[in-house]
Amino acid sequence: MVEIIHIQYKVPIAKPKVGVAGKTGSWRWIKPVVDNSKCVKCFQCEIYCPDNTIMVDPKKGATIDYEYCKGCGICAEVCPVKAITMVKEA
Amino acid sequence: MPKVVLTGNYTVALAAKMARVEIVAAYPITPQTGIVEKLAEYIDKGELDAIMIRVESEHSALAAAFGAAVAGARAFTATSSHGLLYMHEWVHWVSRARIPVVMAIVTRTIGTPWNIWSSYEDFFGQRDTGWILGFAMDNQEVFDMTVQAFKISEDPRVYLPVLIGLDAFTLSHTTMPVDTPEQEELDKWLGPRRQGYVIDGSEPLALGNLAWPEDSEEFFMDLQRGMEEAKKVIREVDESYGKAFGRRYGGLIHRYHCENAKYHVISMGAWSGDLMEAIDILREEGYPVGLIRMRFIRPFPDKEMYEILNGSKGVIVFDRAISFGSLGPLYLDVAANLTKYTRKLPYMRNIVAGIGGVNVTHKDFYELVKATIDDLEKGVEPPVFTWHHRR
Amino acid sequence: MARPIPPLPRDMRNTVLPGHAACHGCPITIGLKVVGAAFGNKVILVIPACCTSVVVGAWPGNAFNGSIVHVAFASAAAVASGIAEGLQKRGIKDVQVIAWAGDGGTADIGMASLSGAAERNNDFIYIMYDNEAYMNTGIQRSSATPPGAWTTTTPLGKLEPKKDVARIMIAHGVPYVATASIGYPHDFYAKLKKAARIRGFKFIYLHAPCPTGWRFDPAHTVKIAKLAVETGLVALYEYYDGRIHLSGPSRPYLDKSKRKSIEEYLKLQGRFKGIRDEDIKVIEKYVDDMWEWIKKHI
Repeated sequence: MVEIIHIQYKVPIAKPKVGVAGKTGSWRWIKPVVDNSKCVKCFQCEIYCPDNTIMVDPKKGATIDYEYCKGCGICAEVCPVKAITMVKEA
Repeated sequence: MPKVVLTGNYTVALAAKMARVEIVAAYPITPQTGIVEKLAEYIDKGELDAIMIRVESEHSALAAAFGAAVAGARAFTATSSHGLLYMHEWVHWVSRARIPVVMAIVTRTIGTPWNIWSSYEDFFGQRDTGWILGFAMDNQEVFDMTVQAFKISEDPRVYLPVLIGLDAFTLSHTTMPVDTPEQEELDKWLGPRRQGYVIDGSEPLALGNLAWPEDSEEFFMDLQRGMEEAKKVIREVDESYGKAFGRRYGGLIHRYHCENAKYHVISMGAWSGDLMEAIDILREEGYPVGLIRMRFIRPFPDKEMYEILNGSKGVIVFDRAISFGSLGPLYLDVAANLTKYTRKLPYMRNIVAGIGGVNVTHKDFYELVKATIDDLEKGVEPPVFTWHHRR
Repeated sequence: MARPIPPLPRDMRNTVLPGHAACHGCPITIGLKVVGAAFGNKVILVIPACCTSVVVGAWPGNAFNGSIVHVAFASAAAVASGIAEGLQKRGIKDVQVIAWAGDGGTADIGMASLSGAAERNNDFIYIMYDNEAYMNTGIQRSSATPPGAWTTTTPLGKLEPKKDVARIMIAHGVPYVATASIGYPHDFYAKLKKAARIRGFKFIYLHAPCPTGWRFDPAHTVKIAKLAVETGLVALYEYYDGRIHLSGPSRPYLDKSKRKSIEEYLKLQGRFKGIRDEDIKVIEKYVDDMWEWIKKHI
């Protein structure tokens, strides 16, 4: 049996938060662009994206959160139909 | 109340059992081994409803105890000397996480060379870690302090781990009578475990993520505040234990013959008993000397120390450890903390003795204290630092 | 065109939060996504000093939507043991305890506590993600670094063979040992789910190619992970009930003629730029020997 009585002191306890390293989209030098006409909704890009910034909708295709996408290029490489191209960041 | 005759080690085990510990991390090291052996016996006989994690090292012992404590279980471990040094990184980790844990240390000399007898450098090595540090003089106090350690550590004003020291062999392997409370009374007094947060899947929490300097310093300043609060809590616990079970010691300091004392001696641990015998004789001979026996050195009872020593004609601090290249660690604490309250210190003497486990008798104490007071009365100041050694 | 493989459960979306501190193309967060897919946020990760310690970000934020206990370097297995026993004592059964440690924190400094937890058969999953060096401190060699690889402490290439931690765990006689790769998330997912159903100590080796430390374009992380399996260098298997159960992706490579050439794998990685022919022979022999051992224990 344990009673949790709130600790009145500052403790090193952290909670889930998006963007702990800031807007990591600023890390990009190239960015992925999806051609959803080619997308077959296989979900490979979403499964392999290390940053969880590409999401697949079974009807519409893939969308990218450019605020956090680091532009690593994995999505473009794993896409079996080459629906994603890496273009130079402006 | 059942009175038993137990060695210090078995007393620690009994206290942990009666405090209803739930997880025991066990690793053997002379002279602590009896503690984990007795706890294993209690568990296997069904007398203690706990899980024993037979770890593969002391470093893992405190790590495992910490893991269980973070998950919400009352955890306990014990070690000594090199085992304590091996887990030292964990000693810091636990207190800085503000997780209540209790640990017993059977103080033993550190090598090189191998030496199994009592001195306090392993205990003092934990001085700066943020643990509450208590030290017992006899097995009765070992029992009382170990049980109280859980209540102090789990107090929401504190939430800091507590370490209880006892001398190798002099206490750990020596049988003494120990008075114990009734289990139901102790359950009522101690209550269930309390902690400030728990990591058990009920909500996603991360303990110990990287913290920037300013944030880190704020955590540590709050640790210092917890230590300050602990002084109050230790006294409260001593009082309420006294009320419930009939034994109180006076909080962080046990005063012996301090009323109308002009000279004071300070010590900690089992040899304080021999020092008390010496003081009895000196008092009979008319020497106005009193003993300040440290029960807790962290938090350090600075104000109380000053209140007793204000106006003292001479103070001797007996240290059973040395900070090589400097003085005894207890002396360093006493002298430095007095400067918080006064610019004028009394004459203070540091006598280091008993290192390596050398036996220091009440005769040694009698001669040393008598000689010091005699000199001071004559207007002669003995050297401030002496390492008293005899074969 | 290849038939699309079914996607993983939707919790894969919610566990690794975007904007974390990992390098481009980091395999660690791919692995953590699979852990999230398997357990949602009902997981306690015990993380010793490693890349993940900093990938999850600085206080007060945490990029992992689950519980974490950060611990001192050598003690992931010991703390996980303590948490597992503490939760058991409290009767809590619905949260998965996972020690998530790198190769340095497992094969080197964590070896003693790993062995202790395995021998005690404590009930949790130990996942060693192998990026084959001490990456968090800037690419120093560990016992899991393959021979011939450049690291900052082996500028001319590591000489010693790679320590096979999965086989050490098999020798401990634990209920379940598996090898996995971030290149095969469904296989890793299945192994996590299977491990969760077993009571006792479970060890999963997770091969995790690191673009920063291995010196390759971050886009190739998954390709290199797959190539490691396709060359037979990494064999995906499970060990339980006294024998090896070879996993689907690795089954073709029992046949040596099906394995791609090691050079194909090595030439993509800058860390093998200076590798000598003798080192390549050593790696090829290692692969052959490993498959001989697998064949004997299937």
